[in-house]
Amino acid sequence: MRLINLRPSRGAALIVAALPFAALVVVYLVFSDLRLEANPNDKLLPSVESFADAIHRMAFKPSVRTGDILLWADTGASLQRLFIGIGVSALAGFTFGILNGLIPWFSATWSPLVRVISMIPPMAVLPILFITFGLGELAKVVLIVFGTAPFIMRDLEQRVRELPREQIVKAQTLDANTWQIVVRVVAPQVLPRLIDAVRLSLGAAWLFLIAAEAIASTEGLGYRIFLVRRYLAMDVILPYVAWITLLAFLLDVGFRRLNAFLFPWYGTSR
Amino acid sequence: MTSGALIRVSQLWKSYADTAVLERINLTVERNEFVTVVGASGCGKTTFFKLLLGEEQPTRGTIFVGGEPLSPEPGKDRGVVFQRYSVFPHLTVLENVLLGLELRRSKFLCRSLGRRRREEVEQCEEMLDRVGLLPSAKAYPDALSGGMQQRLALSQTLITGPEILLLDEPFGALDPGIRSDMHELVRELYRELKLTVLMITHDLSEGFRLGTRLLVFDKVRVDPQAPEAYGATITYDVPVTRNRNNGNGQAESVL
Repeated sequence: MRLINLRPSRGAALIVAALPFAALVVVYLVFSDLRLEANPNDKLLPSVESFADAIHRMAFKPSVRTGDILLWADTGASLQRLFIGIGVSALAGFTFGILNGLIPWFSATWSPLVRVISMIPPMAVLPILFITFGLGELAKVVLIVFGTAPFIMRDLEQRVRELPREQIVKAQTLDANTWQIVVRVVAPQVLPRLIDAVRLSLGAAWLFLIAAEAIASTEGLGYRIFLVRRYLAMDVILPYVAWITLLAFLLDVGFRRLNAFLFPWYGTSR
Repeated sequence: MTSGALIRVSQLWKSYADTAVLERINLTVERNEFVTVVGASGCGKTTFFKLLLGEEQPTRGTIFVGGEPLSPEPGKDRGVVFQRYSVFPHLTVLENVLLGLELRRSKFLCRSLGRRRREEVEQCEEMLDRVGLLPSAKAYPDALSGGMQQRLALSQTLITGPEILLLDEPFGALDPGIRSDMHELVRELYRELKLTVLMITHDLSEGFRLGTRLLVFDKVRVDPQAPEAYGATITYDVPVTRNRNNGNGQAESVL
């Protein structure tokens, strides 16, 4: 049989999927052991015990200085910024996307501006945001909005334009006015596409969140990683990275499930 | 409103940039005629359809409906069924039919509620029963076959009672067996609801089978050096008398 026609069974697929992960762990443990054998104080590749120690310290014991459990405080602060930022972006994207995609005069007025703004590298304006909005929460949220809203707006505008022309004409022959077309035809059909766009821009949102926290913050997942970097605390950094990855993964799965649950017609009709 | 032609087209021309598509179209359609339009692909029959819909505007000439010049956008007096994408994928079968009634009555909320909704649902269920879709009322269009989707598109259009029904190759994508069922349905609805139908088709036999009148679009003037210089016009206008309706449901020969 040709290679392209050989398919793994479900069980085999699970096993081969686990292999690269297992290999990574083994390679890490081997090199960690080698380095620790040469120098027990080595900080680059900490042992499993140091990880357990660090996780216990960060996730289960209140901090001596603040009395908070640091991992939860950091997670809460970061997720709050992330959700506010991405929520504002989604709202702006939904509104502007529909108006730009459906109403020619609106699009003629605003689309060029959105396109130009979307070309500005968000990190380049971060100093401006810190100068304008101070070093508090607002600047970080604005950076996330600045980094994700233009993408969502343009994506949704495109999705609205992709709706078959026939549907819009049909709605007009059913005597729908512009408002009714938005409410009954366009908005319900782009809502699942909005959730998709939000899901895809989460990666960018995390990037801007961690960048903003690294530069000016007093708590947050990104802040913690960059703080302990000064002490080469790999035993804290690596679990934090794994935790962020897990959060990002869960959010992605969550949004997928939400879409399938809320819009049973979506996905089958594409 | 009661006397005179329902649709009158006078000296209609349509061109895009340097390409002429339609020229010198003159047409009068009486109430309760079933006009089928045939022609080779690219002969402008779909352009003619878009002009009648109001989706596109003529370069020269005017279309009158019920004596009034056509407003430059699609409207409720002309119902439409396209070959594809006529129904809304995010609404169930029942909601698709209900939509026309809701849009007519509820301009801001866009939804009917309470007793009025129950009455409208009943009306829609009658219509769905008429076209044989009642068992699928709760399904989404994507779960329906092509023929069922077109039945749904017809019910959705006819529930609001438009005077004119415009069909753009509505059965072009269907299997032959399903297609003849659909012919039957359209002919029955045409008689029951006293519709005026204008149907585009590329199938000459379908045109003869369904219509009371057949129009052929073709180019009469061709410049070999500039094929886009001249547009198509109506070259044949054939009455199909055996399909004509004498008022009591029987077909009769007029000539």
